Amino acid sequence: MASLWRYLLAVIGLAAALAGIVAAVYLHGAGQGPDLSLSKPTANGLFVASLRPQSGAVQQGLLQSWQLTLVARDGTPVENAAIDIAGGMPQHDHGLPTSPQVTGYLGQGHYRIDGVKFTMSGLWQLRLTISAAQGSDTVVFNIVP
Amino acid sequence: MRRRTGLALALCAVLAGCGKPDFSDAEKKTIASLALSALPPLPADTTNRYADVPAAEAFGSTLFFDLSMSRDGTVACSTCHKIDRQFQDDLPQGFGVARGTRRTMPLAGVAYNSFFFWDGRRDSLWAQALVPLENPLEQAGNRAAYAHYIQSRFGERYERIFGPLPDLSTVPSDASPLGTAAEKAAWAGMTDVQRDGVNRVFANVGKVLAAFERSIMPAETRFDRFAKALAEGVSPQGDSVFSDQEMLGLKLFIGKANCVTCHDGPRFTDGSFHNNGTPPVPDLPSDRGRIAVLAELDADPFNCLGAFRDGGEEACGELKFMRRTGAELIRAYKTPSLRGVAGRPPYMHAGQFKTLEAVVAHYAEAAPSVEGVNETHPLTLSDRERAALVAFLKTLGE
Repeated sequence: MASLWRYLLAVIGLAAALAGIVAAVYLHGAGQGPDLSLSKPTANGLFVASLRPQSGAVQQGLLQSWQLTLVARDGTPVENAAIDIAGGMPQHDHGLPTSPQVTGYLGQGHYRIDGVKFTMSGLWQLRLTISAAQGSDTVVFNIVP
Repeated sequence: MRRRTGLALALCAVLAGCGKPDFSDAEKKTIASLALSALPPLPADTTNRYADVPAAEAFGSTLFFDLSMSRDGTVACSTCHKIDRQFQDDLPQGFGVARGTRRTMPLAGVAYNSFFFWDGRRDSLWAQALVPLENPLEQAGNRAAYAHYIQSRFGERYERIFGPLPDLSTVPSDASPLGTAAEKAAWAGMTDVQRDGVNRVFANVGKVLAAFERSIMPAETRFDRFAKALAEGVSPQGDSVFSDQEMLGLKLFIGKANCVTCHDGPRFTDGSFHNNGTPPVPDLPSDRGRIAVLAELDADPFNCLGAFRDGGEEACGELKFMRRTGAELIRAYKTPSLRGVAGRPPYMHAGQFKTLEAVVAHYAEAAPSVEGVNETHPLTLSDRERAALVAFLKTLGE
């Protein structure tokens, strides 16, 4: 009987050690996921771009409107920018299911984007090419609906 | 011996297996997202103000089963969309007045779609319903003849819903912009007022058919009962108990086999278009899928931006912002719902595969597409795993 308990203790101890290793690997891996920030400087630092869905949350499978806010390096709003939107799912080698477009300038560096839709679960990217008086720059947002 | 039994018992307890559902929190979340209980209420269709009018739904039901809604009085919507067969016909390609080119789609939950047909060449359920009526391989009629038929057979019923019929007394008996040479000539000879009158009656036929089709909804399945028990943290009971094989199939479906990437949500479809490398059928005309229909959809007078839409243009986002370019639209077809899938072979857009086993084998191989690029990637699946996937798919229809 005593030896059975020893077995049990050994097995539980082994399981705990395994769980610890798994947790450590998992936590370490989680720290290296894609940058999901919706506010970031553009590639060459010309602008800071911030995106948010109008409804507040990213919803899979629904056509959504988003708002983009653009400021220059010195924090002033970027007016009259020409913005091209592309993107897709990098892990599936395909583009966006829709063709989102900037449909209006709302003032103070705010732009309305319509026609954004994420049809599948997983990692999506929105690539914005921004041209304004300051020059042209690009920014990539990672989005997981 | 007693020691060994004890060891086995202890291991079993630690690994918490022993036949009980064992899913991670992420897997549980995915499973809950697939359950019928996650299906939102059917959104209103503001482009069809009759969509939820009971008299329109009843009229649509009459027309759906009416064989006179065809050129020779032998074909109704229900000829291919059979009510006792999940509203499909078990054939590789539908057969109206002649053999068609695509698999008849089942209709459960059809009104949730943004685009219709395998290639999405229509953008509303009511605009979709008009196409087979004039397709020479399906119902093969023409819109002037349908307008006359509605007036003579259902005039009063029509007018109770839509108001007065237009004056059809001088409209040719057969005329359509899409028909035979004689029908096209007759259409060209009509006045704008006559053409608009006929088009309005025709669009309204589509709107009542859509009102009826909105009532065709998916039913609860064994999978949904299993998912409900899992979400509630209780042991599945009765037929909602999954076998080890079904459990493995579900795990593969939402995991290693990546099926859920496209077959997601409570209807098991992302509603989008993908090239999955399905081979063409040798004796059918060339079929390029989504890329081939975009111009037709933009030009369709019954599309959301056309004159026959009810409500405001804000309902037309899907059409306005649809993808119109890109190589990935080549041989891209809509992801079909998988609810009830085991009960309706053959599979794919032209019935290319006779069994679910063949479909699973197709996805595992992921052979290059004859044109464009197959989005799926090869997958190593053992015989046991393939059988498990098929076993799981069967739980979506029981």
